[in-house]
Amino acid sequence: MDARLINSFVSAVRNVFQTMASTEVRVGKPYVKTDGPCSADVSGVIDLSGDATGCAVLSFPKVVACRAASSFAGVEIDVDHPQFADAIGELANMVAGSAKSDLRGIRCGISLPTVVIGREHVFSHWRTAPRLVVPCKTALGDFFLEVALRVEKAAAAPRGAAP
Amino acid sequence: MKVLLVDDSRTIRNIQKNVLAQMGYTDILEAGDGVEALKLLESETPDLVLVDWNMPNMDGLTLVGRIRQKDAALPLIMVTTEAEKGRVIEAIKAGVNNYLVKPFTSEVLSAKIEQTLTKAKTSA
Repeated sequence: MDARLINSFVSAVRNVFQTMASTEVRVGKPYVKTDGPCSADVSGVIDLSGDATGCAVLSFPKVVACRAASSFAGVEIDVDHPQFADAIGELANMVAGSAKSDLRGIRCGISLPTVVIGREHVFSHWRTAPRLVVPCKTALGDFFLEVALRVEKAAAAPRGAAP
Repeated sequence: MKVLLVDDSRTIRNIQKNVLAQMGYTDILEAGDGVEALKLLESETPDLVLVDWNMPNMDGLTLVGRIRQKDAALPLIMVTTEAEKGRVIEAIKAGVNNYLVKPFTSEVLSAKIEQTLTKAKTSA
């Protein structure tokens, strides 16, 4: 996957967690995952379509998801709280939305968020696009950014650029 | 002053409600999408609307267009993850008075609200 694409998602994760959950995110070394389920138990998922297609996933262990949701919402939230999925989904939505705005020359639409809770879930996009996993370390606990994106149409070259 | 919050995320609406409460505005209406908002607007007359772009059933841009068909003056702020310049222009053309990109801090949201209300008062 193009480094520029993943950098946009990494910047977005940092910005969203710093702004909405007052939490600094330190990213580890990204790695390619060719198969296997999602890295953790709770996933906030956004599909992307247009010049690039695939999905962006924030994958949390349950305890970290609860802390992230609580910090974002400003109230204590556990897995059974009616706002739990809403908060995780909105975090994923903001990350994907911010990242897509940074993908200059690549026009994408984003879906409404979906939240999956349960062990060893997989997403169909992982079979059709390269999947990059970025470990994220925070004071709330560790989670993963997983991005599987296939560029369908290359970005237009900037004006004046050599062919 | 009455404020209508239109966003499919209850968490975002709660954050917005807290910011508005700190500003002294506690008369709040809520809708989870454009259809719900239009239904509310049949019986309510808010003084300000905060509207998300991407929502189920009816998106924020369509809602803004529908509101503007009936009310040219109601202050509208788009609060969305859509940050591309083209999208901002699209929203302004549809009739929003101000635009705020998510993620946002409480300070930036309250500043946008103040700015929008002040402009609305001076142009009234």
